[in-house]
Amino acid sequence: MKHLLSTNDLSRAQAIRILDTAEQMAATQDREIRKLPTLRGKTIVNLFFEDSTRTRISFEAAAKRLSADVINFSAKGSSVSKGESLKDTALTLQAMGADAVVIRHWASGAAYRLAESGWMHGSVLNAGDGTHQHPTQALLDAFTMRKHLIGAQEGPGAHMQTPTGNDLTGLTVGLVGDVLHSRVARSNVSLLTTLGAKVVLVSPPTLVPVGIESWPVEVVHGLDEALDRFDIDALMMLRVQRERMSGGGSSFFPSAQEYTRLFGLDGDRMRRLPGHAIVMHPGPMNRGLEITAEAADSERSVIVEQVSNGVAVRMAALYLLLAGEEDAQ
Amino acid sequence: MSASQPAAVPTSATPTHGAIVIENVLLLGERAAHIVLDNGTIALVRDADTPLTDAEIPAGAARIDGTGLVALPGLVDLHTHLREPGREDAETIESGSRSASRGGFVAIHAMANTTPTADTAGVVEQVWSRGREIGLVDVYPVGAVTVGLKGEQLSEMGAMAMSKARVRVFSDDGKCVHDPVVMRRALEYVKTFDGVVAQHSQDPRLTEGSQMHEGVVSAELGLTGWPAVAEESIVARDILLAKHVGSRVHVCHVSTAGSVKILRWAKEQGINVTAEAMPHHLLLTDENVRGYDPLFKVNPPLRTQEDVDAVREGLADGTIDIVATDHAPHSDEDKDCEWGAAAMGMIGLETALGIVQKVMVDTGRMTWADVAYRMSYLPARIGRVEGTHGLGIEEGVAANITLVDPNAAWTVKASATASRSNNSPFGGIELPGRAVATILRGRPTYLDSRFEGLFA
Repeated sequence: MKHLLSTNDLSRAQAIRILDTAEQMAATQDREIRKLPTLRGKTIVNLFFEDSTRTRISFEAAAKRLSADVINFSAKGSSVSKGESLKDTALTLQAMGADAVVIRHWASGAAYRLAESGWMHGSVLNAGDGTHQHPTQALLDAFTMRKHLIGAQEGPGAHMQTPTGNDLTGLTVGLVGDVLHSRVARSNVSLLTTLGAKVVLVSPPTLVPVGIESWPVEVVHGLDEALDRFDIDALMMLRVQRERMSGGGSSFFPSAQEYTRLFGLDGDRMRRLPGHAIVMHPGPMNRGLEITAEAADSERSVIVEQVSNGVAVRMAALYLLLAGEEDAQ
Repeated sequence: MSASQPAAVPTSATPTHGAIVIENVLLLGERAAHIVLDNGTIALVRDADTPLTDAEIPAGAARIDGTGLVALPGLVDLHTHLREPGREDAETIESGSRSASRGGFVAIHAMANTTPTADTAGVVEQVWSRGREIGLVDVYPVGAVTVGLKGEQLSEMGAMAMSKARVRVFSDDGKCVHDPVVMRRALEYVKTFDGVVAQHSQDPRLTEGSQMHEGVVSAELGLTGWPAVAEESIVARDILLAKHVGSRVHVCHVSTAGSVKILRWAKEQGINVTAEAMPHHLLLTDENVRGYDPLFKVNPPLRTQEDVDAVREGLADGTIDIVATDHAPHSDEDKDCEWGAAAMGMIGLETALGIVQKVMVDTGRMTWADVAYRMSYLPARIGRVEGTHGLGIEEGVAANITLVDPNAAWTVKASATASRSNNSPFGGIELPGRAVATILRGRPTYLDSRFEGLFA
């Protein structure tokens, strides 16, 4: 694997390999000395054209725990005032000898352009491109689901001995919220499908992309309906961007209250989930909008754990991109 | 009304040149003939069965062996962007003219979205006279419908119509005249000088931030969609407006199956509407966008295979009247970047004919006579330059001829163009044929290397 651009590109075997590697990485994080020498001498650049402190810190922690040298490059610029072009930035990074570039960009496809245009030769890891993909987010979500639900006490994954080496066959995953603008949703739909899970998208019709009929998913337009119709093992609440409901002629739903009424997760709805089900959120949360404090802070919530799993999954991804091939020989 | 206008023929700019004899060429692809061009006009057209006598061959005439070649009346493009004035880094009137002549065109209509906008008699006369000075093709400026393409206030179309440039086609192309009242007034007003409004059909509200066709591929790629309905709703509205006020409207770059259906209905009603299809909408689909290569970013966007099939069918049955290029040069900086930051548009003057042959002629959808009709005869009439172009290959008319070699297959190389820009999405595609000679009023403006030395 040279790049990690989209979960669409991952085969089942590749995805399981990343998740298994992440398990090993997570295990090392319980040791007294958590740093591994694996990527010593490698340079990893965090190239962020968009603010995202959480994602950047997660990648930085992952790279540092693998002993790589990390350079943070914040090239913030909106689509209007572009500033330095992606091409010039890439040429600069190439000249500085970056072995891998972790890129977050406002434009869908930016990671592809960086990887395919010939501007640079290092590995490219997509840390979120526009409304397209955010593969490590989907991998950490799958990792979290597998850990809790495969080889568990109850539920459809209970017959498995262990999460390791297995996919998510038998699980039903609900994704609730803005699918249209969500790279998290796109990444999850392809990865979860590849891993054998059934995906239910719960979204207002205004926030479902035209063309979704080709996706291997069920689409329902209300959280109550979803809870009635499906035994959901993992319920993922997507973040609602406040600008999507800014009112006027372009708003995607009438009001925050109405969204919460139809799509928000509160304690009552949470209690309708099967006993083993988990509640997830990629963060940052809008408490009181898509999820109430009761749900977010409940025992079923694995939201904080998703963050720590994120570091392990990103360690695995960086390791497999930069050292994996040599080791695999 | 147009009879009172001055002639648009810039004959005085044509330098002197010798006579040309084209022997054994397939006239419109139908029958073998000999053609003699002398003094800028077609002096003789004769079945190839009867050889030319010495007396019929003018002294010193250059002789072209037309065996295997197809002779078409010189091609006319109703939709070209030349970028001058304002963006001479991307294209000049000279480089665009050269590219046009290489593609087999003898006349092009230069769109109004330059800097400054071609919304005054001064700008259109400047473009017209520069085109004439270069003399490779007849450059007909298109005038803006509204001041600065803002869609608010009508530009002084009358002044442009009465200027030396004799503008008949008005368009805010690149932008849609979206306000229905402004569009109505424009349609009414152009009747004054038998003009036409060429509409870029795109509802602006339905396409805010749009990046590609809205459908299965955009859903996956996470690019903001440009829905077909944003085109079709404007096409339908404009057709009804044209009917209501008794004017004529021309629909630029038809890209959707729905637009073709609406046009078919309008023509059945006898409404005065014409429409054009672009080579890229005949050949490429939104599947080409998957690699996020901005060379495939164009407005209106590449649609689905179903749309492509409908546009081909519409062109074949005459629902779509003509092929135009929408040649839209952009500098490397505006294309060698991420998709969201890239400019929309692609060059196409030199590939148009080959694509039409590949998609329409070699597949049996059209004959070469149809190509002549849809790329010369009709565009000249829609643009109201039929006194000068789209004349056919007959004795006594101006010698505007494009020779096509339908068996000269070639692989498109994006950088091998006379255009100053090389933003062609067709690089690497094989086309079955191309123009090998372009003749404007008896003078060769483009000659393939095979004719080297012939005109020494």
